[in-house]
Formats: sequence, C-alpha cells, structure tokens
Amino acid sequence: MEPIIEFKNYTFRYESQTEPTLRDINLKIDPGEKVLVVGLSGSGKSTLAHCINALNPCSRPGRSTGTLVVGGKNPAEAGVFGMSSIVGTVLQDTDGQFIGLTVAEDLAFALENDDVPQEEMRERVLSVARDVGMEAFLDRSPGELSGGQKQRVSMGGVMVDDVRVLLFDEPLANLDPAAGKHAIALIDEIGREKNMTILIIEHRLEDALYRAVDRIVVMNEGRILADAPPDELLCTDVLNRVGIREPLYLTAIRHAGCTLRPDDHPSSIERMNLKPYRDAVCSWYEQTAPEAPAETGKVVLSVRDVSYEYRSGEPVLKNIHFDIYEGEMLAIVGKNGAGKSTLSSLICGFLTPTSGSILLDGSDIAPLSVKERGERIGLVMQSPNQMISKPMIREEVGLGLVARGVPDSQVTQRVDNTLKICGLWPYRNWPVGALSFGQKKRVSIASILVIKPRLLILDEPTAGQDYRHYTEIMEFLRRLNRETGITILMITHDMHLMLEYTDRSIVLADGEQIADTTPAYVLTDSSICERASLKETSLYPLAIACGISRPGAFVERFIACDRENRRNLFGEKPHGEPWEVQG
Amino acid sequence: MTRLISYEKKDTWIHRLSGFTKLVFFLVWCITSALTFDTRVLVVMLGIGVFIFLSSATKWKQVDSVFRVILFFMVLNLLFIFLFSPYEGTKIYGTRTELAALPFGIRLTAEQLFYEFNVMLKYFTVVPGVFIFLVTTDPSEFAASLNGVGIPYSVSYAVAITLRYIPDVQDDYRRIRNAQEARGLDMSVKAKLMTRIRRVASIIFPLLFSTMEKIEVVSNAMELRGFGKRKKRSWYAKKPLTRTDKGVIAFVLLFMAAAMIVTWADGSRFYNPFQ
Repeated sequence: MEPIIEFKNYTFRYESQTEPTLRDINLKIDPGEKVLVVGLSGSGKSTLAHCINALNPCSRPGRSTGTLVVGGKNPAEAGVFGMSSIVGTVLQDTDGQFIGLTVAEDLAFALENDDVPQEEMRERVLSVARDVGMEAFLDRSPGELSGGQKQRVSMGGVMVDDVRVLLFDEPLANLDPAAGKHAIALIDEIGREKNMTILIIEHRLEDALYRAVDRIVVMNEGRILADAPPDELLCTDVLNRVGIREPLYLTAIRHAGCTLRPDDHPSSIERMNLKPYRDAVCSWYEQTAPEAPAETGKVVLSVRDVSYEYRSGEPVLKNIHFDIYEGEMLAIVGKNGAGKSTLSSLICGFLTPTSGSILLDGSDIAPLSVKERGERIGLVMQSPNQMISKPMIREEVGLGLVARGVPDSQVTQRVDNTLKICGLWPYRNWPVGALSFGQKKRVSIASILVIKPRLLILDEPTAGQDYRHYTEIMEFLRRLNRETGITILMITHDMHLMLEYTDRSIVLADGEQIADTTPAYVLTDSSICERASLKETSLYPLAIACGISRPGAFVERFIACDRENRRNLFGEKPHGEPWEVQG
Repeated sequence: MTRLISYEKKDTWIHRLSGFTKLVFFLVWCITSALTFDTRVLVVMLGIGVFIFLSSATKWKQVDSVFRVILFFMVLNLLFIFLFSPYEGTKIYGTRTELAALPFGIRLTAEQLFYEFNVMLKYFTVVPGVFIFLVTTDPSEFAASLNGVGIPYSVSYAVAITLRYIPDVQDDYRRIRNAQEARGLDMSVKAKLMTRIRRVASIIFPLLFSTMEKIEVVSNAMELRGFGKRKKRSWYAKKPLTRTDKGVIAFVLLFMAAAMIVTWADGSRFYNPFQ
C-alpha cells in the first residue's frame, strides 16, 4: 500500500533559526493508521505537524532537505490551501479556531471559502454536525458551548472538506479530564467510521491512550527517537528518558519492582493482564508506610456559606463553605462553568457575594477594596501575557510596590529579594520579551509575591505545559510554599496537579461544593468524578484489580513515593539556578 | 453580563431583516438626516427612530454608556457652535429675536436656540439608527451584506470578525483590569485622573499582547480552512430578501424622496417659523 504520509531524510530549519528544528526524519504512515506523536515542547512535534499541513514553510518560512509526500503531493508546493483538502488540522486552542458566530457557520466556514452554494452547504453542514454529534446545537454561539463541544465543532469544521487525514495538535490541552476522554473516544470513532488516517500530537500520553492507537512516535530534539506499537514502547525506558509521563498505573507497577512485558498489553489498564504483577503491587502497598497527615496551621481564609447570583434566581454559587489553613497548598477543581473563577473573583473582591461572608485571618473582608485585599491575597492569572505590562523585568516586578507608594530603596530591595527567590536573578536586567514562557510565568508570580500576600491564588498555573515545564512550575511553587510558608490556592482542572501537589481539593460542580477532601479520595470516587467532569485515576482500577481494599490509601501511598522519584528525575534546580533565599 | 454595543440574538422583526436592508436603511437614513434641516421632517424621523428602537427590544443597558459619550460630544458641539458663531441662527432665518444679554456683548437669540435645537434633533435622529444597526445585525450576516453591495469579501470578513471578537476582548479587558487593580494599580475614581490615565496603559499592553496571540491563532485557523482560496466566497448566513425587506427598502427610499420634497418646497433646507 502506498503510504499517505512519508518523510524521507527530512530536515527542516526555520528561517529565523540557525539550527534545524527537524533532523533526518524518516516516517511512513499508511492510510487508515492511527499514530500518536509524543514529545516535549520544543521537541519538534508541532513543527512536524505543520510541515504536513504546509503552514511550514508557507506561513512560517523555512528550508527543508529530503522529501515529504502527503497524499501524493509535496505540501510546500501545494500550499496551505492545496493541503487543506487532504489534511484537516484541529488546533489546540478551542476558542481561537472557532471562527463563525454559531456552530453552523463555523462548520460551514471551509465550504464558504470554496464558494459552495447555500443549499448544498446547509445539507453538508447538517450531515457533518451529525457525525460529530452537534446537530442539536447548530444555532448556538461559542460562548454557550463547553470546551468539549467546541472541539467537536472544530473537528466537524475540517471534516466537512472530506479530508483523508485528521491532524490533531494537542487536542487535550484545553479540555477538562472528562471532556478529554470523550474527545479521544470521538476521534477514534470517526477514524474507524470514515476510515481516516489520524495523527495525534500530544504530550499527555495516558489520556491519549484512552483508545488504542497503532503506533507511538517519540520525538526528542528534532529527531524521532522511537517508533513502535504502544505495548512495546511502554515496556522501554524511552519515555522516562525524554521526560514524557507514562501512564500512572505503569509507574506504580514499576515502583513495585516489576518489569513490564509487551504481551500483557500495558497500553490499556482495562485490557492489561495484571496477574503477573498483582502480588508485587500488593506487597509494595503493604510495605509502604502511609504518609503522616500534614499538621494544620491556623485558618487563613474562611469562606462561610457564600452564595452568588448574577441575576436573582440564577445562582452561580450555592452555600460554599470551607477553610484554608496557613501553609497549605490546595486546589479548587471542577469543570469550566462550575463556578471556580467566580469563587476566586469573590475572594479577590471583583464580585460581591449575594449572601455569606469571607474572613481573612478572622475578620470579614467585605469592607476592603480590591486594592486593599490585593495586599494580602495575590492573584496570578493563567497567562503571564495577561499581566505583564512593563518592558523590563525589574520594573514589572516592582510595579505593584511603586503603585502602593513604597519608597524606592525598599522597592529595589524587595524586588531583588523576590527575583532571587524566583530564580530570576540572572535575568534581572533583561527585557521581559526575551524570556521563555515558563520564565514569564515566574515573572508574573514574582510581581505578586513582592507584595508579600498571605495567600496566593493561581488560575490554571500549568495550562498548556508539558510534563517537564509542569514539573518545573509546580516544584517552584512547592518550594515557595515550603520556604516562605505562603499559602497557595490553585484553580485547576489538571488531575495530576491536584493529585501530586495538593493536600486537599475542594470540588465544585454546578455551583455546589461537592467535596472537600484529599485528592486521592476525590479521584477514586466515581460519583464525584462524574459530577465534576474529572476522570478517575488509573491507579484506581489497578488497586481494584489487585484486590486492594482501600484504593484511596493505595493512591496516597503511591503519590507520596512518586513525589520523591520525580524530584530526583528533574532535579531541584531548573536551569541550574541558585534557589537560595538571600537578604 | 451585558456587553456594550454588540450583537445580541433576539427574535423581533428588525432582527429578522436582512443585513443588506439594514445597511441600506441606515445609509439612506443618515443621508436624509444630513441633507435636511427641516424641523418637521426631523421630528418625524425622531419619532420613527424611537419606534424602531423600541420595537427592536434593545435594552438600555446595552447602549447607555455609548449614548452618554455621544451626548457628551453633542453638548460640546452645540456649545462650540454657540461660542464660535452665536448669530448663525439669525443669518439662516433672517430675523433677530433677542431673548437675553450674555457677557461679552453676546445676545441670546431665539433663532440661534432654534437652530441649535435642530442640530440636536439631527443627532437624535441618527443615534437610534446606529444602535439598532449594531445590536441587531448578526456580524456574519453583515459581512455577507457588505460583500453583497460589492465590497471585497476579505474586507467584509475582517469587519465581521472584529465585531465577533469585541465581546471576547471586553471580557479580557475586565479580567486584566481586575487583576491589575488587585496588584495595587487603582483605576477607580479614587485615583487621580493623570494616574488613572497612566495606569490604563497597564491594561492596554497585556490586552494588546493577548489579543495579538489570539489573532495569530485565528488567522492560522482561517488559512487552514481555505480562507482566501478563491476570488468568490459564499455565505452561510446570507439571508434572501423577504417581502418585509423589500417593504422597508421601498419605505426608506420613498421617505427620503418625501422628506426632500417637504424640505425644499420653500426653496431652502431650513424650516423657518420666524417668517
């Protein structure tokens, strides 16, 4: 069979860069195959995808050597338009690629550009809407849809062109765990039904493997490091070497001292033959001491029976009630629209509760203005680009102090100190524009820390980050928490984050607080997971299959043990910078 | 949350009109209002404007802040007319009915007041039209109509997509402003005007950068789905002209003709109650 995508000794270098981003790529994909491409950011996996749909070199100029043939054409010659009828690309930003004002218009976009008459267009839109299960939502605007639904529309929007290849660029990045699961299932169904070739670029391996794939291609530093069926690949140490997170249940089995074998189908916990591993896992569980519960300090923030309505009769939050203790790291989780952001807006004072009260160190903060609250409660937004307004790092970090009228000498001292804590000291005189995303993130955290708040609220601190950057940011926050004693509240739908870095999770669903307990218990409780659009951790079925009576305890022990390992894996000092707190 | 001056889906006969009709109506209406100074015509136009505004079920909240800005400029305009040309009315109407003596030897005349009243009426005849057009026209359909009257589709689409993202940018603005205020950059009325103006920059730059990021994604997404591939493009949202549409277009054209006849019947743009 003629491969539909074939790279032969392919090398690609962006014009703006001196080194090639892709080197000696040899990759053959047959029609109807389903291939998962994994790798860290910067490994070249997105570049590879954009060479296939011709965004490289047509939108971002670059030079290539070797050959690339996609559906019998050379993308560089066929151009983005030429390729758009062969390859349908679904981008990771579900909002950004929703171009139309309604679902129907967005689905029709490619047809409109092809000057298809209105009658025919309506028929084809309806039929593709059925394929992706959105026929009941044709008149809805993007604001009325969930992330998962928007992604269905994006999929439909490229399928309407009768493409042969579907290319997904990090399809899980903006979805909550449950929606991600549905997305992977839908991709699988569509691929089978329409017999399409599917290429998924993703670094969340476990979630992507929710449905079987034929092959996994591992990329690292522009090269293909491995190209193998999942069962084989998961038995090697390639993923660990590259810094891609393997499925958690496999990590647990390895922890128990077992060696994985491809014949046992390790790529899926449901299909996996666990017999050979069962005894080892059980004895590991029995031998591992449970982690001592952390001591709780005094209450920093107390949310008392808080409710909020945008309009009367339409409650967004109902009777939220919890305490946050000094030095804690905790998470507020729940799907989009569950009320997480509203809750943080209430705490910061952007909104006023309809009823109930919020106490900070025992006193009601209702009379305090946004600015006054800001001195004690710091808010870091999701993207650093939403906060940074000064060209130089020092200026940006000092902005909050200058605005509060702190004398210059003190500003310099506090800024220097904060830059050291945040590992930004080597870059202190750099322009912000020269920093990487992760560094900018730290600048935005530093610019809040400098005000010395009691409580730090972070909105989706790791959104869109791969495992290495995720670990880097989270380890930074953990150190901050341990060394400065600052209390950290994170708003997230990242299950790994809550499991690995928080002591407690407050779960919201449809404006109600449905749980306030350890993450290990949240993620082993199927009813909570379902209501909050979370996904049970894969450690749960493992524990059940191994006959462990308290899966929650199993998860807790494993996580404690895994924390140590991860620290050893990535080291304590990203970029080799000194962490010492000086001054 | 109510957003400023952005399209809101509703089901009134005005919403059901084609964007083309609304565009034609809006243009003819503005031209008529610009040409005539006939008070009777203006009053009728104001009445029709108010009627249209009411029947479009537009909430006052959607437009009030923009309305205030317009009002501000109108007052400024009227004031300047008076300062620079206090006897404009006298010149136009050919009589001089002094009402009061003002400082600097300026006399307040009934003619001037009447003239400025007409200018004000002109503002008010156009304003509801602008609002209705913006809040009742689906941006995509508007693009389709622009393209329909001969404007290149890339330009039409650019207009539509700008309108489409206005609400998103407004949301971003609100979020960024909140976060910056929590950092201590007070932008409420408590801060001094100059400080406030300087601090607005701390919203504008982040807003600009996040918008630029979005634009890159959107333009890639559009290109990947073949935007700009052909010379012509069809429109999913284009509405065929209904009988109501034709009726409205006929009405506004006839109205313009009638208004012109009434206005020029006495050989002048102005209606003169003083002679």
